[in-house]
Amino acid sequence: MTTNDWPLWEVFVRSRRGLSHTHAGSLHAPDAELALRNARDLYTRRGEGVSIWVVPSAAITASSPDEKDPFFEPAADKPYRHPTFYEIPEGVKHL
Amino acid sequence: MTASTSETATAAALALGDDALVLSHRLGEWAGHAPVLEEEVALANIALDLLGQARILLSMAGDEDELAYLREERAFRNLQLVEQPNGDFAHTIARQLYFSTYQRLLYTQLAEGTGPFAPLAAKAVKEVEYHQDHAEQWTLRLGDGTDLSHERMRRATEALWRFTGEMFQPVEGVDVDREGMRAAWLESVGDVLRRATLALPEGPASGAWRAGAGRQGLHTESFGRMLAEMQHLHRSHPGATW
Repeated sequence: MTTNDWPLWEVFVRSRRGLSHTHAGSLHAPDAELALRNARDLYTRRGEGVSIWVVPSAAITASSPDEKDPFFEPAADKPYRHPTFYEIPEGVKHL
Repeated sequence: MTASTSETATAAALALGDDALVLSHRLGEWAGHAPVLEEEVALANIALDLLGQARILLSMAGDEDELAYLREERAFRNLQLVEQPNGDFAHTIARQLYFSTYQRLLYTQLAEGTGPFAPLAAKAVKEVEYHQDHAEQWTLRLGDGTDLSHERMRRATEALWRFTGEMFQPVEGVDVDREGMRAAWLESVGDVLRRATLALPEGPASGAWRAGAGRQGLHTESFGRMLAEMQHLHRSHPGATW
């Protein structure tokens, strides 16, 4: 039983109701149930979370660093796409 | 409160506190040695939960540091089950399964009562439910895993079986229905073992020695060594603080 046999899982933690799950880190576990428990012990032991998702790392398709320019560069010089011209009403949080 | 009821309460707090303290130390021994890093953190988490319970319980009986670090072996009142060496991972899991199932039933009853342990029990029962879940998950995977893991898990449940009877001996000052607890414990542990393709061991659930066991201050061979390691720092540097 070594870590090498165990698949890698990505952990997403929702810190409070109303917020979305955020990537917290990754861990090794033999199956999803134990991954969830390991995630609880590793990432929520100081009261950080109210909900956890675990996802097999192999199930994630990531953008490639080589494609960084065609993927992201064109968005950088179009300030009109940013919603910076609206006034945010007082009291609105998490925007 | 009369002197005798307060003495009873002190003895009861010692028994429950020593269980938590000694098991906490045993689990802490896995630090740096666990099969995988994730499991090391899980065991350390459980150890810390138990240490927190031990601190509250021992403080009810006197000075927590004095009680933990300056008592001799014969003055400890913990169950012999919790002092058993970690062995292989299956032994640790079997010990966890037996003890956490008992502790959940015990704390559930204490939390419903009005005795001195009700507040602690109400808080700690949630911790212990997780300990039990952890032990159950691993018992299922080891028992219903490979031939080797099945064999080791079977060996562990059988080796520790003779220490399980002591959990249901009455402790003065701990007002619970022990017979009801034993029945519920057998059902719960039996169910987990069956699902893990194992069976409840058949041997006697306690040793033949009539002098008693851990609750009477009689401990097994490895306990002295554990205690020496646990206490030597405090005894070498009395009163030292961080």
